[in-house]
Amino acid sequence: MARRLSGRPETRWAYVFLLPWLIGLVLFQAGPMVASLVLSLTDYDLISPPKFVGLGNYAQMAQDPKVARAIANTAFYTVLHVPLAAVIALALALMLNRVTGRAAGVFRTVFYLPSMTPYVAVGVLFLFLLNGQAGLVNQFLGLFGIDGPQWTTDPAWVKPGIVLMSLWNLGSTTIILFAALRNVPRELHEAAMIDGAGAWQRFRSVTVPMISSALFFVVIINTISSVQMFDQVYTMFFGNQSAQHSYGDAALFYVVYLFQQGFQFLHMGYASALAWVLFLIILVITVIQVKVGNRFVYYEAEPQGSTELESR
Amino acid sequence: MSLSPRSRTGIVVLAGGLALAACGGVGSKNATSQGGGSAALTTMGFGLPDEIATTRVDAFKKAHPEVKLTINQGQFDEQAFLSSVASGNPPDVVYLGRDIIGTYAARGAIQSLDDCVARQNIPMSDFYPAAQQQVKFGRKWYGVPEFYTSIILLVNDKAAKEAGVDPASIDTSDWDGLAALAKKMNKVSGGKIQRFGFYPKLPEFLPLWAKANGADLLSPDGKTAHLDDPKVVEALDYANRLLKDQGGWTRLKAFTDTFDYFGDKNPITEDQIGMMLTEQFLVTSMAGTSPDAEITVLPFKDRQGRPVNYAGGNAWVIPKGAKHPDVACQWIKTMTSADTWTAAARARAAKRAQEGKAYPGTFTANAKADQAIFSQVVKPSGHRPYDEATKTILAVQDKGFVVPQSGAASEFRTAWLDAATRVMQGRQDARAALAQAQQEATRAIQAAG
Repeated sequence: MARRLSGRPETRWAYVFLLPWLIGLVLFQAGPMVASLVLSLTDYDLISPPKFVGLGNYAQMAQDPKVARAIANTAFYTVLHVPLAAVIALALALMLNRVTGRAAGVFRTVFYLPSMTPYVAVGVLFLFLLNGQAGLVNQFLGLFGIDGPQWTTDPAWVKPGIVLMSLWNLGSTTIILFAALRNVPRELHEAAMIDGAGAWQRFRSVTVPMISSALFFVVIINTISSVQMFDQVYTMFFGNQSAQHSYGDAALFYVVYLFQQGFQFLHMGYASALAWVLFLIILVITVIQVKVGNRFVYYEAEPQGSTELESR
Repeated sequence: MSLSPRSRTGIVVLAGGLALAACGGVGSKNATSQGGGSAALTTMGFGLPDEIATTRVDAFKKAHPEVKLTINQGQFDEQAFLSSVASGNPPDVVYLGRDIIGTYAARGAIQSLDDCVARQNIPMSDFYPAAQQQVKFGRKWYGVPEFYTSIILLVNDKAAKEAGVDPASIDTSDWDGLAALAKKMNKVSGGKIQRFGFYPKLPEFLPLWAKANGADLLSPDGKTAHLDDPKVVEALDYANRLLKDQGGWTRLKAFTDTFDYFGDKNPITEDQIGMMLTEQFLVTSMAGTSPDAEITVLPFKDRQGRPVNYAGGNAWVIPKGAKHPDVACQWIKTMTSADTWTAAARARAAKRAQEGKAYPGTFTANAKADQAIFSQVVKPSGHRPYDEATKTILAVQDKGFVVPQSGAASEFRTAWLDAATRVMQGRQDARAALAQAQQEATRAIQAAG
């Protein structure tokens, strides 16, 4: 029994390394989470005491057309952003993986640099770049005779514009995939080459399976962060009161709406309910992804019990 | 999006905000006494960009040297304000837009100033009626007005002359004629707007367009929305057609996003706008940046030919839980009194004269202050367009109207702004958009009680 509690040394060490985060979670997140769960059952405007309304906020959400709109906008963005981000970051990582020698460090830094830009700055920057009348993006398209769309003002093009902007910050995804690529054993590639496999076959049958756990990780994390998209969109389209209304709700993402309800209209109870529904949505998506992912992902780990066998 | 440490859940966004609310606050924590002659004052939403601000602040400092003044410069930030009120550590005095005072008053985020007005003898009747109306909620004073913004028609003379029209003869009461002139002034080439003929300033000036068509958005008691009034529908439809005929909203918005309104390359001197509805402060700013601009400033007239003016501006309010309400009240009195305004105007006039620029005046919400400023301080500058502009702006001041104050002022505003935006974006026609807005507004007003 004692042995089971203490677990394997690796597990114990894992917990030790996780400890700072766990302490932070309990101290700074668990409390507010419980508070927001309670608040989601109330009508609370920050100033007067909360009034209990049961599941009223959740019922109101079902009737609120803006919730549906926000979910649709967020889903549209996520479905476009996540696969695009994974594919482009993988392509960048593959290119980085081919660079050797001194240049390697330079390129890795350069590829990561855009991720150092604060989100707010990125939002403002892209508002200029994507401007339909004077922006550089349309000027570039103009070189090829393409009359670019009104990225920032045409409701049909606002979200594609945001997806375009989101591809600016691929540094972290690229670095994770690059690290995974570095871990693919060269022997496997050599063996495949000896067996006559071409570049594409090696990529498909050796590289992708070997980095599948990293790919899976970035897909899950990118999905979660896409569903929570806030900073850049808020800066671009909701940064000040006049902007808020001039652009309409083509860019009304879920967390933006949550924020508006909480801090603009002082509907803290409703905002808390929105937050909990978002949490459930993310939970369901992640569970599905994990279930589906388990079929395809290759984990490079010792088989369970191997340590015990060795120690006997 | 990336993988940076953003793997928080949605809840955390809110919870973080609540945590901020719990520990936030911008007030002076070490307050020693409640009100009275205590020695500190913290402001929010106010900046010191120019002599109009600094002269008045200096006047307060001189009159109250014992007060430790902390000016948190920057625009009013709703979230920071509410967090500070919720945490019980608010600033002592806040500078914010008058149009949403009702929302904060109804929720108890700001306190009634009836006592302050009585104790300091603030002559509220000196303020323009439209400004008074905006700072009153439920028959109580909740703010003291500062500036007074008026809406006027600003014409780029070059564009008017090119369209074969004498700028002074432009008359906004003739809607067909106005639409035709807008088209004439408009210049589009290769899918890009070169000059926008007439910018009707939707969605924000919808109340003005409705008024010009004889309709109000809200009943005088602030309890009944009239957003689906056929006259409001007609006004929105008309103003939207103006936009459509000149290249459409999506292009115009992208175009206006590139404007530098308050720089010397403003859209009028750059010939990017033929004429536009605007707050008068664009004109007073242009007097500083472009003293030789060829412009004409005209009143906006309703369809009967009477000038109408959608008035607005900021006000000073005292948040609930302010540590030094008495000092705040003294501050408010000083900042808005006729004497202080006049001194500020003198400083501005002297500065502009030194720079050889026109000074069209400072337009305050205090009618008595304006009387003094425009009789004693503002002199003809020799820049004819600006001298004429001053006369026009003064003439429309008492034609000001406002959207009545309401406990759901913020939600009401959002409802009609969003409706106008949906129409401009072509997602709904005016009737459907305003019917939806009417429902949203009615719900919000009922909820606010």
